[in-house]
Parts: sequence; C-alpha cells; structure tokens
Amino acid sequence: MSPLTPEYEPVIGLEIHVQLSTRTKMFCGCRLSFNDPPNIHTCPTCLGLPGALPVVNARAIHFGIMIGLALGCEIAERSLFHRKNYFYPDLPKGYQISQYDVPLCRGGRLGDVRIHRVHLEEDAAKLNHLGASGRIHGSDRSWVDFNRGGTPLVEIVTEPDLRSPEQAREWPALLRTTLRQLGVSDVNMEEGSLRVDANVSVRPVGSTQLGTKTELKNMNSFRFLERGVRAEISRQIALLERGEPVMQETLHFDPATDTLTPLRSKEEAHDYRYFPEPDLVPVLATEEMLAAARADLPTELPAERAARFETELGLNADTARLFAFRTELGDYFERALAAAGGNGEQREVDPVELSNWIPQLVERIGSDADPAGSNVAPESLATLATMVKAKEVSRDAAREVLTRLVQEGGDPRAIVEREGLGALTAEDDGLGKLIDRALAADPAAVNQVRSGNMKAIGPLVGYVMRETKGRADGGEITRLIRARLGL
Amino acid sequence: MSELTDLTAAAAAERIRAREIAPAELFEAYRARAAANDLNAYTWVADAPPPDDGSAQAPLAGVPVAVKDLFCTEGVPSQSGSKILEGYRPPYTATVVAKLAQAGAPLLGKTNQDEFAMGSSNENSGFGPVLNPWDRSRVPGGSSGGSAAAVAAGLAPWAIGTDTGGSIRQPAALCGIVGLKPTYGACSRYGMIAFASSLDQAGPLTRDVTDAALILRHTIGRDRHDSTSLEFPGEIALPQAEDLKGIRLGVPEELTGAEGGIEPGVHENYNAIIALAEGLGATVEPCRLEHAPHALSAYYLIAPAEASANLARFDGVRYGLRVDGDADLITMYSRTRNAGFGPEVKRRIMLGTYALSSGYYDAYYGTAQKVRTKIAEDFHTAFERFDFIVTPTSPWTAFELGSKTADPLAMYLNDFMTVPMSLAGIPAISIPSGLSEGLPVGFQLAGPAFSESRLLDAAYALERAIGFDGSEARG
Repeated sequence: MSPLTPEYEPVIGLEIHVQLSTRTKMFCGCRLSFNDPPNIHTCPTCLGLPGALPVVNARAIHFGIMIGLALGCEIAERSLFHRKNYFYPDLPKGYQISQYDVPLCRGGRLGDVRIHRVHLEEDAAKLNHLGASGRIHGSDRSWVDFNRGGTPLVEIVTEPDLRSPEQAREWPALLRTTLRQLGVSDVNMEEGSLRVDANVSVRPVGSTQLGTKTELKNMNSFRFLERGVRAEISRQIALLERGEPVMQETLHFDPATDTLTPLRSKEEAHDYRYFPEPDLVPVLATEEMLAAARADLPTELPAERAARFETELGLNADTARLFAFRTELGDYFERALAAAGGNGEQREVDPVELSNWIPQLVERIGSDADPAGSNVAPESLATLATMVKAKEVSRDAAREVLTRLVQEGGDPRAIVEREGLGALTAEDDGLGKLIDRALAADPAAVNQVRSGNMKAIGPLVGYVMRETKGRADGGEITRLIRARLGL
Repeated sequence: MSELTDLTAAAAAERIRAREIAPAELFEAYRARAAANDLNAYTWVADAPPPDDGSAQAPLAGVPVAVKDLFCTEGVPSQSGSKILEGYRPPYTATVVAKLAQAGAPLLGKTNQDEFAMGSSNENSGFGPVLNPWDRSRVPGGSSGGSAAAVAAGLAPWAIGTDTGGSIRQPAALCGIVGLKPTYGACSRYGMIAFASSLDQAGPLTRDVTDAALILRHTIGRDRHDSTSLEFPGEIALPQAEDLKGIRLGVPEELTGAEGGIEPGVHENYNAIIALAEGLGATVEPCRLEHAPHALSAYYLIAPAEASANLARFDGVRYGLRVDGDADLITMYSRTRNAGFGPEVKRRIMLGTYALSSGYYDAYYGTAQKVRTKIAEDFHTAFERFDFIVTPTSPWTAFELGSKTADPLAMYLNDFMTVPMSLAGIPAISIPSGLSEGLPVGFQLAGPAFSESRLLDAAYALERAIGFDGSEARG
C-alpha cells in the first residue's frame, strides 16, 4: 500500500558524503585503510596532538575539482577551509576542518536534480561501543579507532529537487555510477565510503512553500534510503493529518523495524562557531589544476551516456538511464550493437528492439549479474533481436530461445532451426488451416468483425496464437484474418 | 669575566671552534646553573650533555639552547605551562627545535611560561611564576618569561620563545636582553603548542643582536608541515652596521603618546635613544598609525577566538589530564578542563567562544579582522616613508609580582605597543636600552615583512652605541 496520499507532495534533498580514494589522508601523510588493526595509520596531525598542523592533500583537491566538473559545478578560484567546532571523542582536535561559506564547487546538475554545492572536509575517527545498544549511550565502554580519522571526504549537497522515495533510491545510484566512473571513490555503502543523509519534508500538492524538514541518518543502502524516506513521509503526513506540527529534528533510521528515532538533542544542539582555519591558506584552483582535472575526466559520463542513448538511439528514458547507471548493461548493449554492424547508418539491428532484450536477459541471469559473464554472447542477442524485428521469430518464441541461450549458449538461428521455433507466415499451409478453423469455430465473432466491430477480432487472433504456441506473430495473424474476410 | 657563562653564544661558539673549550664543557656549565636556578625559569633541564656527535663543527658549534615549554620535544616534557599537559612527552619534535639541533644547538632545557602563552608576567604558569633576575620580587614579563629570565641570568646562552602579541619582546625588555619576533611565516609553527595560530611566531631571546641573527639564520624557512610558513627571501646576514646613516625612523604618536600610559622613566629613556639614533645619522619624524590604538581590542577578540578552538583538543580523551566523569562524557570533559586550565586560560576560552558564537560573529570576530586589515595597511603606508617604526617595547619596567593579577585589563595593556606588529605580521625587535630606577628598559624597532636583516643591522648599530651591560643580572 502506498504511504503517499495524493494531497501531499514530498520534498527531498540529499547530503552525500563520499570518501575519496586518495592514497593518503586529507591533511596528513597517513595511508587510507579499511579493516586494518586499529590505530596503526596515525600521526601527530590526525591524532590532534598538541602542535601538529594540517597540510592539504593536493590529490583530494584534484578529485574535488573532477567531481565538480562532472556535476557541472562552478569551481571557485579561491575557496576556504573553516573550523567546525564541537566536542566528541571521534574528533581529536575538537573541531572538524571543513569548507563553509566559500566551498570548492557551487551549482551544477546531475540528471534531473540540481546540485547546491560540493565541498571538501575530513572524516571523523571511528567509535566502537561495547554494550547492548551499539551506540554511545548505555554502552559499557567505547574506544576510538583513528585509522579512519582524517580520511578525505567530499560532501555533495543537492537542491530539494527529489519528489519520491523511489527517486531517493535511484538518483544516488546515478551519482554512485558517476563517481565510480571518475575513479575518485570506492563508493561502497557497506564500508561507509558512500553515506547518504536525507532532508525530508512534505507539503500540500500545489504549494510552493517548503514544509518543516527532518534529517534522516544511518541509511546505509539505497534500499534502506528508500524505506527510510518512505517511512518518514508517512510519519509526517500522519502528523499533519492529526493537526500536529512536524518538529525539525535529526532522526536515526532503524532498518530492522523501519522506525525513526530522534537523536538526543544534546548530540545535535550545536553552535558550530565556524571561522576560517588559520592553519591553512586558501585553496587556489589554478587554470593548470582545472586543465589537469578536465584531462582526467572520462570521455562520457553516465548522464551524458543516458542522453545519447535517448536522443541518438531512440531508447526510452527509463531504459537509457538503466543502461547508463549500470555501466555493465550499457557496455553489453553497445557491444551487441557494434557486433551487429556498428553505429553506422547501415545498422543491422534496431537499437530499441535490442534494448528490450537486455532486461529480459538480466531477468534470466539474476538482477545483479553482469551479462558479459553469461552464456549469451552480445552478437547472439543482437541476432535474436534482428530475427524478432524481421518477424523471423515471434516475440514469444524468442523468449524461449533466450532461455535456451542462457542455459547453453550458442547461435539463436541454430536453436530456432533445431527446435522448430521459426515464425509461421502466410506462406505456411498450417497457418492458413488454423485460421480457417478459428473462423469456423466462432461465427458470431466473424459476423461482428464483418459488421465493423474490429475489437471482436481479438478472440480469433488469440485462438491462432494459442494453437501455434506463439510461433506466429499476432500482427501477421490479424492481417491474414482480415484478408481472409475480405476487409 | 672569564666565566664561560658570561660569553655570548657567538663568542662561546668562537672559543669552541678555536678548541679552547669543548661543547660538553660549555653544556655542563650551563646545565649546572640551570639545574640549580632559583628563578623557576625551567620546567625541565637535561641531565647530561648530548653524546659528542661532531656538533663542534656545526654552524652553532654545540652551544646549547633553552626552549620555551610549548615547543614539542620528543620524549621530553612539553606542557605549555599547563597542568592539563603535566608530564606530557610528545612523540615528535617541533621543526624549529629540530633545525637548531641540526645546526649544532642541542636542547639544554625547557623554560617556564604563562599557561598556553597567555600572559604578560609569567604569573599564569601552572608551574609557578618566574622571578626577574634583576629583582626577585618582580616579574620577568611573559609569556616567554622563563626563556628571558634564563638568558638574562646566565642560565642559558640563548633561548627561543614565541610571540603572539609581544610574548618575546616584552619579557626581553623586562629582563634586559634582545628579543626578536620574525615576520609571520618566517619560522615554522609545526610542533608549537598553539595559542593563536594566525599570530604565533617563534623567535630568539639572546644577550645581543648578533646572537639573535644567528638563531634566526638557522630557524627560518618553508616547512612542508606548516602551510603558513614561507620561503624566506635571501639569507640572514650577521649585523655589522656602525651607524644609522640614511635610516628614516617613524615615531607613531598613537602608540607613544599619553594614551599608552608610558612610565616617565621609560619615556625618558625612549627620548634618549631617539636622540642617540639621530646622532648615529638617522632621521626621525612622527608617523601615523591611525588604527593602532584599536589593536589591543582586535587582538583580544582574534587571539581568544583562535585559542578557544586550539585548546578544544585538551579533552582528557587521548593525552594529558583526565578527571573521571562517572561514566558521563560531558561530565568528564567538564571536570578535566575545569581542573586542568588556569583562570586566565578559562577567561580567554570563554571570550573566544563568545566572540565566535552565532549572532555575535560579525560584530566581534568579523569586525576585529577588519581592524586587523586596517592596521596592516597603516604599517604598509608608513613603510613607504620610513625604514622602521620605533616605540618603547613596554609601557613600564618589570612590575612587582601580584601587582596586576587582580586586573586583567591592566595586564593586557602590557601589549599596547607590541600587538599592532603582531596583527600586521611584521618583524619587530626589542633591544635593552638602559635602566630606569635600576630596571631594564626595552626599545622596539619594527620593519616591513622580511626586513629582518636590515632590522638587525639597525638594532646592532644602536646596541653598540647604547653599550648596555647586563652582567648584573647574571649575579
């Protein structure tokens, strides 16, 4: 049951933290690591020892500029680091070095969501709590692993342009593919190298004002993100329906129960007292740095690829995005297209027809599998799509052929030949006889068709298709029946 | 005067090079005096000379150096004068200290200071006040009071300290020695336990100008660990000017007029030195530093604001003092910081926290930064007409212990004439310019950024003409 009542429209903005896959940390020379023994990648700077100073990682700036360019942002010629002050054991200096009112990148767009800003900062250390709750409150003992502390992060903040829980799952997937293609991050949600917080509010449909928003944290998969956002929309609508206000607060999503619990106000009631970090000089993005970042961008980013699939190849928007966001599908599609005659004018396979068969293939090999690893060679799928388009095999029969291909591989033409799955056409005696039998069996329908009710032709066509076990094309049967009746 | 400890550092290095004395002999002479000192100038003294590593051949010839407590020294207590860091021994050494060691100046000891360099009398140390060797009932100045007293009393051949708003120059003046605050960025801050990052600068405290030039020569330079450090243009020449011919000195009315509350004896000395400078060939004229009177107000917003963040790391989690919080994190933080910090440090953390608070930032921190820019512009304009700006270093000579502790604002006035240069990031030197009622007076010269060699030259010419004798303080 959908939690969305039609009177309300959700408004969703995302804040995405991405750990950059630089070799060393944001402000010191310690190596990045995951799951190493605790506190072995540390130094005076990332431990916040007295007297230690930060030095900006040039590679992180390079990656930040690449991300900004890929998202169409404006790159600031001069940007600043600030200190964000608060006390917590995972923050050894008592402040986080982050960018505040002069970030590296502003503006931009990815797909149908506008980007507000992209800035650089350092990650906190990892807290481990011993005790039932797994959180700091009520734990018996906590310890800090500073291996993660100081890992370079970019924070990508969107405009509140998302309008549904589904979009809150799909759009970050596009972002993840884009970042992966840039090679700037592992973008692994389980390992925490991609973390998404959502700002959620609802408003009456037609309203242009924004409702009070809440911030959702701890959604460590796209699926949880969708569920968390959906649960929060329901909660807010229920509040409003009861005439109660939505409180601005930060909520922790529990995926086990689909519930949202407020973080203790002490944890979030902060005046961060931002001020420019006096230990660092401004980041100056020179023409050379921009050129170097541009040179490292891939030739085609996922959003561009989706646009090309849609406008040049005529794919529908959903399929175009699917192929662009899941690069392995896009790659397989393009290999099949090339195998069947390339991208020239004399294309042998219809791209739209071919595109329809890739989801069919994925359905048969498992939704997360890469078709390149299946028994179905790209050229075989292209051949199959070509045969369907040429009506050499009916759609139903082609599905059967695909199942065989997935099981045993091989050439679709050979399978059609061997199994006798070729399309029955007008030239086939058998098809003519079947049509005669259909007309004889249902004179009432024949009369209705003759008197102009074309809808009545359906049962006649259906009869023939059943009898041919799908080997004859529905359109072809319709044409033959009409011809037989002299229409 | 044949005592080893009566030699300037440069003279001692000369003797070592001539093989008249061994580095270990010199080290031991100072080590013994330092260990026996009754001025509370040291918080830690080495117990043996370093192994003979050929430092006699190094540029500084093995002449040992006393180092302000706030410089991190590997394995050696580095407490920044605070109980919250009592017994803290860092795992690394500050760049400036490492550079000095490399140049042949090993660590003699760590000197007492105001807690986290916050103070002008050394009475804010968590380890007790330092006494002025000229009069033990008086303060040595601060915050580098231990370094100044040690050098003045012959407990160290030379020392390094840090200057945020006058913390090298003012104690140097009150103890009758030379103190130089270099251009901001000239010396690396890496390993200096920070007070106010945009102002803190390391520099020498020495018996004469030549010694100051020698330390500066071996501590300057860009450090890849400090993004705000700069490549120093050119080398530091040893000073040799004999006169001040062609030198134009500016006298800023805003700082040297009645507003600064300068003691008559200090003012008299200042005028005498001006006359002396003219006699050496300098031209002296009044100059305008229109915004300088607001420097102290701006400084006491900017420095505490930065300090409030710099001192947040002392939270009892990783090092230093921890007072148990009965299983509650906030209580642990609060008890630890309450027990570990002294009253002046708490006052400045609160001032700084307030100045940065939402709703007050623009009015306080933001405005202070604008004033800072104006002050720097004033100096820039002044240096179009003048080579150096000259003032007394401190409005008064060493004052009695306890006489200003009850009135923080009076205490802050110590920095009235030193803070403007700190805000502008420009170099300034204090040289001993005589005695007033038996106590040393300091004369300050300030120049444009990176003018240290010229500044040292002018100070050297004046030093020779003044002929100050500091031997009385060495007993």
